[in-house]
Amino acid sequence: MIPESFDYQRASSVSDAISLLHQHGEGAKILAGGHSLVPTMKLRLSTPATLIDIGDLTELKYISDKGDYLAIGAGATHWMLESSDLIQQKAPALSQSAGQVGDVQVRNRGTIGGVLAHSDPQADYPGVILALNATIVVQGSGGERTIAAADYFTGLWETALEETEILTEVRIPTDNANANSCYLKFPQPASRYPYVGCAVAMSTAGGSCAEIRVGFSGVGETAFRDSGVENALQGQALSESSIAAASAKAAEGRSVLSDVFVSEEYRRAMAQVYAKRALSQLS
Amino acid sequence: MKVSMTVNGTAFEHDVEPRTLLVQHLRENMGLTGTHVGCDTSSCGACTILVNGETVKSCTLLAVQCDGADIKTIEGMATNGDLHPIQESFREKHGLQCGFCTPGMILSSWQLLERNPKPSEGEIRHALEGNFCRCTGYDNIVKAVQHASQQSA
Ligand SMILES: Cc1cc2nc3c(=O)[nH]c(=O)nc-3n(C[C@H](O)[C@H](O)[C@H](O)COP(=O)(O)OP(=O)(O)OC[C@H]3O[C@@H](n4cnc5c(N)ncnc54)[C@H](O)[C@@H]3O)c2cc1C
Ligand code: FES
Ligand code: FES
Repeated sequence: MIPESFDYQRASSVSDAISLLHQHGEGAKILAGGHSLVPTMKLRLSTPATLIDIGDLTELKYISDKGDYLAIGAGATHWMLESSDLIQQKAPALSQSAGQVGDVQVRNRGTIGGVLAHSDPQADYPGVILALNATIVVQGSGGERTIAAADYFTGLWETALEETEILTEVRIPTDNANANSCYLKFPQPASRYPYVGCAVAMSTAGGSCAEIRVGFSGVGETAFRDSGVENALQGQALSESSIAAASAKAAEGRSVLSDVFVSEEYRRAMAQVYAKRALSQLS
Repeated sequence: MKVSMTVNGTAFEHDVEPRTLLVQHLRENMGLTGTHVGCDTSSCGACTILVNGETVKSCTLLAVQCDGADIKTIEGMATNGDLHPIQESFREKHGLQCGFCTPGMILSSWQLLERNPKPSEGEIRHALEGNFCRCTGYDNIVKAVQHASQQSA
């Protein structure tokens, strides 16, 4: 299967990519790892007139410790995240989710920026980014702006990223909750995309839950923070019964996806099971 | 569009349409038909090759994305007619039946052993998740990788 014809431009820098986006107008699309875009172009579900390739920009491929937060370049691949000691220490949920994206070949090419820009409701990172309380940095012709993860995912396939902006960086706060975080996934056995992905970041004090953030991927039309679970456990002594009560709230009052493999009811039940496992693991 | 790349140590330059897939470029423009197309939908791993030392599915990459890249395919694994130890191990342990998945399996095994020279059985199975064997010879493939890992002491 071959994509429809298009014009190909290789950007020499982020600012070059932004001016190319303006120059080529509506039919132009950014190409990063290509692991969502190229398959959809082969199926001709997507037929961009111009591809602007940022895949080789080393200025977007970094992971660095900024003290208050980890800065991750949009071009960092899943493999870079999976194999980073820094991320494993300060945000284990992110390294665990990176190591479970697709397969090795996909992880060698796909990027965190590509996942967040694409915003597939079935992607792994969105729930993780929410649980880690990340900030997303984007750049346009007017300069840079930051978007809180909570404001970033606006709907099914929709994000706060504008058509002519480039996602450049993801910032993960280095707090106690993020250092004690995990990601558990119930994958589609063939595609490896999550039916349910549950990310939890939780700090504890004297056997109680001090701070907690829970994010779900794959469950709803868009990833979400689950305040039901969070409120039920915040400030409570951590025990089998408090965890069971909190995880029973998973996805409560949310509209939940349903497909031929996993019905709404089953997905909701699995959201509860995965929340319980994640909370137990961190307690 | 002009695209140059080094494939198995030889420099190539071709004029290609931007929509040319890397696998198509290797097979049709360079005659390197050892890289197979199984699914053409990014799932089976038969088209796995190395781009700058990392495994990728060449059906999911455009040739133009690899301008300037260093590429290795199954044809580049043997040296002067001597099979690579991983190839030897697949032969020794009967890690192939029809052989269709084998080029991809060998390159994925290479990537695994490069990153983790002494993998456990579980790690081998996890590392080969992106490669399907329609003959379902997985047990012997795992044994072949174990054998290769023992060879390189
Ligand atoms: C076989 C297979 C299995 C997979 N399994 C999983 C899985 O289990 N879980 C999972 O989460 N994902 C999975 N994926 C998707 C994979 O993670 C992709 O790598 C990812 O979705 C997109 O990243 P990319 O860099 O390849 O982006 P591309 O495909 O290059 O781009 C995707 C979209 O984002 C835009 N874009 C990319 N980067 C930027 C940027 N910096 N700024 C603005 N816009 C940008 C592009 O214009 C395009 O619209 C799988 C993919 C394949 C092929
Ligand atoms: S042919 Fe490329 S993954 Fe199947
Ligand atoms: S040996 Fe036949 S597909 Fe693997």
